Amino acid sequence: MASISPEPVAHRVLTGWGNTPRSSATVMHPATSGEMAASLADPPTRGVVARGLGRSYGDAAQNAGGRVVDTTGVGRVEIDDAAGTVTASGGTSLDDLMRILVPRGRFVPVTPGTRFVTVGGAIAADIHGKNHHKVGSWCESVQSMRLLVPSGEILEVTPQSDPDLFWATAGGMGLTGIVTEATFTCPAIETSQVLVDTVRAADLDAVMDAMVTGDHLYDYSVAWIDLMATGMSMGRSVLTRGRFARLDELDELGGATSDRPLAYNPTVRLAAPPWVPPGLLNKLSVRAFNELWFRRAPEHRSDELQSIAAFFHPLDLMRGWNRIYGSRGFLQWQFVVPDEAHDTLRSVVGALTESGCTSFLAVLKRFGPGNAGPLSFPAPGWTLALDIPAAVAGLGPLLDRLDVMVADAGGRVYLAKDSRLDPTLLHQMYPRLDQWRQTQRRVDPDGVLTSDLNRRLGLT
Amino acid sequence: MNDATGIPQTALVLGGTSEIAIATMTRLAARRCRHIVLACRDTQGGAVAAAHSLRTAGATQVDIIDFDAADATTHAATIDAATELLGDIDMVLMAFGVLGNQADFDADPMAAVAAVNVNYTAAVSCGLLTAQVLRRQGHGTVVMLSSVAAERARADNFVYGSSKAGLDAFSQGLSDSLVAAGAHVLVVRPGFVHTRMTAGMKPAPFSTTADDVADRIVRGLETGAHVVWAPSVLRWVFTVMRHLPRGVWRKVSAR
Repeated sequence: MASISPEPVAHRVLTGWGNTPRSSATVMHPATSGEMAASLADPPTRGVVARGLGRSYGDAAQNAGGRVVDTTGVGRVEIDDAAGTVTASGGTSLDDLMRILVPRGRFVPVTPGTRFVTVGGAIAADIHGKNHHKVGSWCESVQSMRLLVPSGEILEVTPQSDPDLFWATAGGMGLTGIVTEATFTCPAIETSQVLVDTVRAADLDAVMDAMVTGDHLYDYSVAWIDLMATGMSMGRSVLTRGRFARLDELDELGGATSDRPLAYNPTVRLAAPPWVPPGLLNKLSVRAFNELWFRRAPEHRSDELQSIAAFFHPLDLMRGWNRIYGSRGFLQWQFVVPDEAHDTLRSVVGALTESGCTSFLAVLKRFGPGNAGPLSFPAPGWTLALDIPAAVAGLGPLLDRLDVMVADAGGRVYLAKDSRLDPTLLHQMYPRLDQWRQTQRRVDPDGVLTSDLNRRLGLT
Repeated sequence: MNDATGIPQTALVLGGTSEIAIATMTRLAARRCRHIVLACRDTQGGAVAAAHSLRTAGATQVDIIDFDAADATTHAATIDAATELLGDIDMVLMAFGVLGNQADFDADPMAAVAAVNVNYTAAVSCGLLTAQVLRRQGHGTVVMLSSVAAERARADNFVYGSSKAGLDAFSQGLSDSLVAAGAHVLVVRPGFVHTRMTAGMKPAPFSTTADDVADRIVRGLETGAHVVWAPSVLRWVFTVMRHLPRGVWRKVSAR
């Protein structure tokens, strides 16, 4: 992060958001666009990768024994109101963007469950949000980007000028270059309040049915699912869906907020303690939390006004929430399977529930169509994401087994979350991998760009 | 790279025919450790059979290289050969050692020196050479086979016990020195293990098997532990033993 980078170069141990696995690298903190442009020069033998805010759960933004370029030191944001676009440097966070855009009546095209991600990271992981079924993933809103490649050139890449490179960079996990700047469309909003409908679903079938029949009526949709509920309650969920409220609706419903319809003041209310006792998260405590959370949700509530932070980024309310998993850390496993493989989703949810592994609420979402990115994760169908403590006994073999089920159903796991996939499944999950490799080699013939993720999976 | 569950993709075993090492690597091969190098003194016979069983367990490549723990001047070449074969070494398992016989050591101190040279000096040499590799590559795990004998010296095997005590202390220091490199050290303290090394001896209480020790090692990798005991109850047993008055300890530990 920019605020804690006193030295231009430092040797540091890095991890992803899951705090595992860890490795050390020479971290470079460019503070000017000139320094950024030189960040790929004289690369060490173990290569270079860019790192934003380190929110990838696994090892995508670390590079053991090599160089890591912190992109967050260079900031620039410009708004073109007539075109409805924003141009921002690669290290700009979505947090900063929203603080600038929301009061001016615009929103980011896509936001994940945290606003502490960068524009460059959003491209490298081709992030998705609750509106994927409506607008697709991040890169579908990108009109152009400036990409620093190992030759030292900064290429202006658009989907028209070099579609191969553009789409290889979308979801390319930073292995095609460093995004120094991007221009993307930002939709207009009349208010900063989201009009939310909440439904409690008794089991997995009920929530899937509700999503299939009703998601198209909403801009944003996501379900939180309790994987620790067993028997008849297996897959019980709380489905929240909504859209930005219009000005007239705010007048009608908003009371005090209506005189400042675009007010945006997200706060961090709590910070996780720097150390937590091991075993804080156990089956009992997590089950109790999930139970409480499910009971707290209304069975059915319509037209509730929620703030952007409450609706999109509930976890950001607690700074450093990843620390509650203790020093051993946790991993997130996220997969997508096609619509017709809903039975696989059921089997996976069943297997996870049966395993009794400690998991806070998991996130279930129905994706719309995918895009041209060979390594872009989203594909039409069901995606499920869950956090699990890394040291759970039997976790590796369990997820290996589930990965095979996902791959056999024509699905895949999300590389931005991955920290343990069997590399032999990569090709089956990402069948256009070879096409991606061709483009990757065109811009990086000497293999300068690499990361721990790449070493572990052999992407390039 | 080690994955988030602590499992390596590549591994070097120093003392490649150790039963505990083979049991451990069999489990890791089944968990997708794809490339293993067995470094041992006798590269025929036992090593070949071990390599075969590791391939059966799931490893895609197993190589065997020369390693003589007793000759520290050769250690650098062994580590270099392993690096050449493996590229990054995700895990180094140090499983060499000799138990010896205290009566023989009493009669022939030079035999004791030779045993200490293998158990301790070689661990220092290989440990430091490994640390250089891990610092360079910026990640990795070292698994050090220590012993409960390191916890408190016993009249009937204090040469062995003191050599393991040296190794144990060395490993803890190594562990702290590697934190900034992003690398990790796991110290393993088994009790009496039924293996070739202990064949014909009277088992001590809480005796265990190579398979059990291997399970504890894998679990230690998963949990990110710094020390594991096998069986795990020995941790508590030795919490008490450590503090027994000398006279009491002498009687309790007599065999």
